[in-house]
Amino acid sequence: MSEPLTLLSVEGLSKSYGGVHAVRSVSFELKAGEILALIGPNGAGKSTCFDMLNGQNIPDSGRITLLGQDTLGRKPREIWRLGVGRTFQITATFPTMTVRENVQVALVSYGNALFNFWSSAPQFAREEAGRLLDLVGMDGYAERPCGELAYGDLKRLELAVALANRPKLLLMDEPTAGMAPRERIELMRLTAKIAREQSIGVLFTEHDMDVVFEHADRILVLNRGSLIAEGTPEQVRGNPQVRAVYLGEGLVYDARHREGASA
Amino acid sequence: MAFYVVQFLTGLASAASLFLVASGLSIIFGVTRIVNFAHGAFYMLGAYVAFTLTERFSGALGFWGGIVAAALVVALVGVIVEMVLLRRIYHSPELFQLLATFGLTLMVQDLVVLIWGPDDLLGRRAPGFKGAVDFFGQNIPSYDLFLIVLSPVVLGILWLLFQRTRWGILVRAATQDRDMVAALGVNQKWLFTSVFAVGVFLAALGGALQIPRDAVHHAMDLRIIVEVFVVVVIGGLGSIIGAFVAAVLVSELNAFGILIFPKISIILVFLVMAVVLIVRPWGLFGKPEAPARRTPGLTVNPWRPLTSNERIGAVVALIAAAALPFVGGNYAMTVGSEIAIFVIFAASLHFLMAVGGLASFGHAAYFGLGAYGVAFLAKMAGLPMIVSLLLGPLLGCLGAAVFGFFCVQLSGVYFAMLTLAFAQIVWSIAFQWVAVTGGDNGILGVWPEKWAAGPASFYWLSLAIAALCVVVLRLIVFSPFGYALRATRDSPLRSEAIGINAKRMQWTAFVIAGTVAGIGGALFAYLKGSVFPDSLGISLSVDALVMVLLGGVETVSGAVIGAIVFKAANIWLVSQTDWSKLVLGGFIVLMVVAFPKGIVGTLEAIMARWRARSSAPKSRVASMEVAE
Repeated sequence: MSEPLTLLSVEGLSKSYGGVHAVRSVSFELKAGEILALIGPNGAGKSTCFDMLNGQNIPDSGRITLLGQDTLGRKPREIWRLGVGRTFQITATFPTMTVRENVQVALVSYGNALFNFWSSAPQFAREEAGRLLDLVGMDGYAERPCGELAYGDLKRLELAVALANRPKLLLMDEPTAGMAPRERIELMRLTAKIAREQSIGVLFTEHDMDVVFEHADRILVLNRGSLIAEGTPEQVRGNPQVRAVYLGEGLVYDARHREGASA
Repeated sequence: MAFYVVQFLTGLASAASLFLVASGLSIIFGVTRIVNFAHGAFYMLGAYVAFTLTERFSGALGFWGGIVAAALVVALVGVIVEMVLLRRIYHSPELFQLLATFGLTLMVQDLVVLIWGPDDLLGRRAPGFKGAVDFFGQNIPSYDLFLIVLSPVVLGILWLLFQRTRWGILVRAATQDRDMVAALGVNQKWLFTSVFAVGVFLAALGGALQIPRDAVHHAMDLRIIVEVFVVVVIGGLGSIIGAFVAAVLVSELNAFGILIFPKISIILVFLVMAVVLIVRPWGLFGKPEAPARRTPGLTVNPWRPLTSNERIGAVVALIAAAALPFVGGNYAMTVGSEIAIFVIFAASLHFLMAVGGLASFGHAAYFGLGAYGVAFLAKMAGLPMIVSLLLGPLLGCLGAAVFGFFCVQLSGVYFAMLTLAFAQIVWSIAFQWVAVTGGDNGILGVWPEKWAAGPASFYWLSLAIAALCVVVLRLIVFSPFGYALRATRDSPLRSEAIGINAKRMQWTAFVIAGTVAGIGGALFAYLKGSVFPDSLGISLSVDALVMVLLGGVETVSGAVIGAIVFKAANIWLVSQTDWSKLVLGGFIVLMVVAFPKGIVGTLEAIMARWRARSSAPKSRVASMEVAE
């Protein structure tokens, strides 16, 4: 095995709204099996970046190459077909369907069976759905209506749905937002385990520094639309510029971090 | 040249009423998020009340005072309606709000006939504007000139009201974020009431100002509401400027369309609307609407295919229904056939609404197109019955494919309004294109062939086709397509993120529903032996909505029960009273407020509660697990 495959390569990505440069000339790469965190204070341009990668927002300039294909101007559903799984900051699931059916719908789409009017959907890819639910520890909830689930379980279900198309890349926008601290660690541990086993690249944004420093292989730091630092957790932690803009001047990191965790 | 100028001015004058009504609708929608179907009814009430007042009080003051007083009186009625009815349904799904306000419209239609009688009423000419102005040999009524000046004045007053008064600032704030305005301590209830009153005042004023130009009659509400829907779809719901520009545009298109296609001038308006929707789906001046709010009380019971016991039950029920000819007479069989046909129709709409989440207010268009398809094939091409029955529904399929393509570009209330507008356009074509459709006289003599002519054989035929349609629709609900379609209804964001092209799924669903409705229509043509524009009309579309709602919109096949109960009750009711619209309207309002789950939905809820009680200890453990 030589150098791992480059999954995603972003070059000179820019987007402005009126006079505001939301994202300025951001470039980075992501390799298979790598977990990359995108962090930055509120308004740094994380979500704009994310939406452009996902096809929900069109950049003013720049290139996004996903598995050798230029994705600029493609719709989210087309990018999904290239092998990208996606989870949302606020979970998006199908509340009137059961947990299993949520996964089955994704499998129907992946199996190009959207216009299959005759076979039985409850039997469609039932085992595969069960396997995915098992993977995220949701197998006991398969028959539950998804609208009844607790938030942490919804997040896990979303992960299972995102894995249904056997993605090469997972895009997770604040995967642990709104979760209790213990759940956060568990969810990210699970994600990291799956990513390593299946050699999936993961790009995630996150506010919780515990999660970031524990799980990310590399970290990108955005501030006011520009990339100000990039490197391993140790490198980023020691970067004075990052400490200044992101962690706040005069604040000891540990104190702030404890405050954040207890809030 | 002078002729065209006069035509242009006539168009501008017609725009005045249209603008008043449309701006009222827009203002109400902006704040309360209710598309007030009853707006046409308030317009009509304004005209009737103004007629009475201006007849009663003489002189210029009597006339102009009567016009304004009529608008105020109707606004007061609006306040009562808002306080008694609308306050209870602000949090209901859009469909329920549209239906409740439609129920009001039905009631007003009968009430108006009760009070003022069924004949057209000709109002007084406006004092001071009785004559006409000579324009290069062409006459322009001076009242038209008054109306032309009036609408920009009203636009200016509304602008001042919204930009310069404290009330206007609150209304604009509430348009952007109701909850925030409430959190800032503004009494929302009265804000909503006052907004509704202003909107109704504008509608009633629009109606009152029409009396010197047009006869007052009891069908003017539906005519205006369809035009108003077209106006707000083009101009953008919630935008007053949009209402103004679009009212002028639509009126001018009507004025000049008459010169180009005298018979079917509405086609021109339709084409413009289609172009606007492709280029700017939210209208010329509208803003993209936030995604529809989550329907509260979504189904708790996940849908599942019938168990083998339930399947046996359904077969037994079908066999029992098939035994009707052995116990009932000819009349019972005819009623039975009609009910079976409406089961098909209601089931097709239910599929679109419950699975696709698309509440069509013009589903009768495809039912009627199927009926006309059969009539064309059987009468004009002289094809045998079997062939006509098979090919006739294709006209419904074709209509659904064309109109559905545009409709699914929109969602929520825009979707509902557009489906209604398309249905009304199809109705107008059937009504006006006399050479082909026979117009109001319809197409007669569409009789079944001998093998199906007897009441019993036709009943069995209808029953068999109805059963087939319901089974096929159910199979689709539980097919991969059905799952994916439900997914687009539940979460557009997530379905897009798993590679589903929602619009294509919805379009397909629309075509399926339209085709099945066409099958119902095809049978209906043979049942009645004739086809009339009525089978494309709004009231039939609404009947179908009520059947779906009565059965329960959150169920898999509730519409079957809804159609049977509704149709049977309706046939009985029409035989008992002349005021069936009043009763039906009141029933719809009551159902929306008190009984939103429908028959099957309520039964399912009771069953679920019963099941939960019998397994209570187990579920408590489960909920404790979740709490951890």
